[in-house]
Amino acid sequence: MDHILTVQNLTKKFGYITAVKDLSFTIEKGNVYGILGPNGSGKSTTLGIVLNVVNKTSGQFSWFNGQASTHEALKKVGAIIERPNFYPYMTALQNLKLVCKIKDVEEDKIEEKLELVGLLDRKDSKFRTFSLGMKQRLAIASALLNDPEILILDEPTNGLDPQGIHQIREIIKTIAAKGTTILLASHLLDEVEKVCTHVVILRKGEKLYSGRVDSLKASFGFFELKTSDMDSLHSFLKENEHFGEIKIENGLLTAFLNTELDPQKLNKLLFENGIVVSHLVKRKESLEEQFLELTKNAKA
Amino acid sequence: MIRLLHIEFIKLWNNRASKILIISYFTLLTSIALFAAIKFDIGPIQFHLADQGIFNFPYIWHFNTFITAFFKLFLAIVIVSMMSNEYSNKTIKQNLIDGLSKKEFILSKFLTVISFSLISTLFVFVVSLILGLAYSDYNEISIILTDLEFLVAFFVKLTGFFSFCLFLGVLVKRSAFALGFLILWQVFEGIVRGIIRWKLFDGETTDVIMGFFPLQAMFNLIKEPFSRLGAVQSVVNQIGEELRLDYAIHWYEILIVLVWTAIFIYGSYAILKKRDL
Repeated sequence: MDHILTVQNLTKKFGYITAVKDLSFTIEKGNVYGILGPNGSGKSTTLGIVLNVVNKTSGQFSWFNGQASTHEALKKVGAIIERPNFYPYMTALQNLKLVCKIKDVEEDKIEEKLELVGLLDRKDSKFRTFSLGMKQRLAIASALLNDPEILILDEPTNGLDPQGIHQIREIIKTIAAKGTTILLASHLLDEVEKVCTHVVILRKGEKLYSGRVDSLKASFGFFELKTSDMDSLHSFLKENEHFGEIKIENGLLTAFLNTELDPQKLNKLLFENGIVVSHLVKRKESLEEQFLELTKNAKA
Repeated sequence: MIRLLHIEFIKLWNNRASKILIISYFTLLTSIALFAAIKFDIGPIQFHLADQGIFNFPYIWHFNTFITAFFKLFLAIVIVSMMSNEYSNKTIKQNLIDGLSKKEFILSKFLTVISFSLISTLFVFVVSLILGLAYSDYNEISIILTDLEFLVAFFVKLTGFFSFCLFLGVLVKRSAFALGFLILWQVFEGIVRGIIRWKLFDGETTDVIMGFFPLQAMFNLIKEPFSRLGAVQSVVNQIGEELRLDYAIHWYEILIVLVWTAIFIYGSYAILKKRDL
């Protein structure tokens, strides 16, 4: 298997605070990864360590199966951490040329990448005249200059207006469609849910989950039901082998499934047993609910 | 190496403030030629600086390297800000993420320092050579080539000083504070000299000890040239005194500055390596 990044038992302490605790995960080629976690859960620190700007306290990480030193490997990586950082007195084009020099790549991709992020007409404007959304898009263009094997984005839509967020997401989707491996750190769950195939979930520097997004959401879903006679509905479902946990909140009964069950079948079954429902919806938990569930459990 | 220099060049040359400072610095270096034009003509008193022998070989090497070394402050500002701007713009972080190693980063700055010193030395060499050929009383090749070690000292002095500025830029991260620190350090060396002289040793020992402090060591490389002037010497002789100062450049003085340079550059690297950005 092609491992782009392997992280083993990584730990980072800032004084007496442990920002990252014994973290291990691997990034494989071709997938879109999300690192999820509330603010201060160690996402940015983890990315900082593998990107050579934060010193680790203990543990290891290696790029591309450990074949290259970190700074050589970084030339094949495109990364944006937090705010876009460029020389404010230089134009977009000059800044990108400088990045080309640092990454040791030809300058012929500049126009193409500026086109991709929609900044080609502003290429001769100074960086300091750009809006935040434009700065962020320039950062993406810069990260793509070397056609990276992996693109690392840390909160790419932070602080942007809805239009900017939409633009960035479209760009990410375009890049992902080309088969580039992407590592996206975010606390915005729907963002991760929409784009990523795999997730690593962190809380207080510890890994809670890592694996496919679908297997995180692997439950069979649940039914939301309403009827005039809630008690008989409740006792009926309790006896049924399909259902596990059942709870009633605000006159709405939520029953979690243990096995696959078709809503039509359930409706029929209930009707045959003399229960007529006024409300029947089958739903699956969103990533957000899963995430909250996970982080809540970890607290206990 | 060319790549690293080129990277620094792009950063510096596109910054208007740096560009203006660099240009004015080299203009000033050239302007030392204007000394030749100083000429008083007040009735019976005629004074033409060029005739006073300051452009005589080999004295001119000493005089010009001493005077032009003061202009280095212009480049000091450029160097301090080229380092601290990387921190305030956070571009140092981006540079590292983009694949520059910390070693390469410091190396690119150090190479810039070396280039600045080298170009300055060349400039002073050419300007002095032209001035000397125009005004010197002696034009024999052997005399022209004497005392060229002043140019070596000039180069080492600038490299040492700029490395100090670079180090302060890394340490303090803010250009204004770093320059303030530089002045503070100068004051500090003065105070230390005062204390040593007052409480501990006689004048000679104090000078030896002070010779190990970075700024004093750099200053010691090229001693003041004025008392060496023919006019000054003859005045002193008339009063019946004799001035015997040691103007020569000693190998240990060069060594001290080189050691400081190494400490500053390695120190910058060590700080950068240890810091979380």
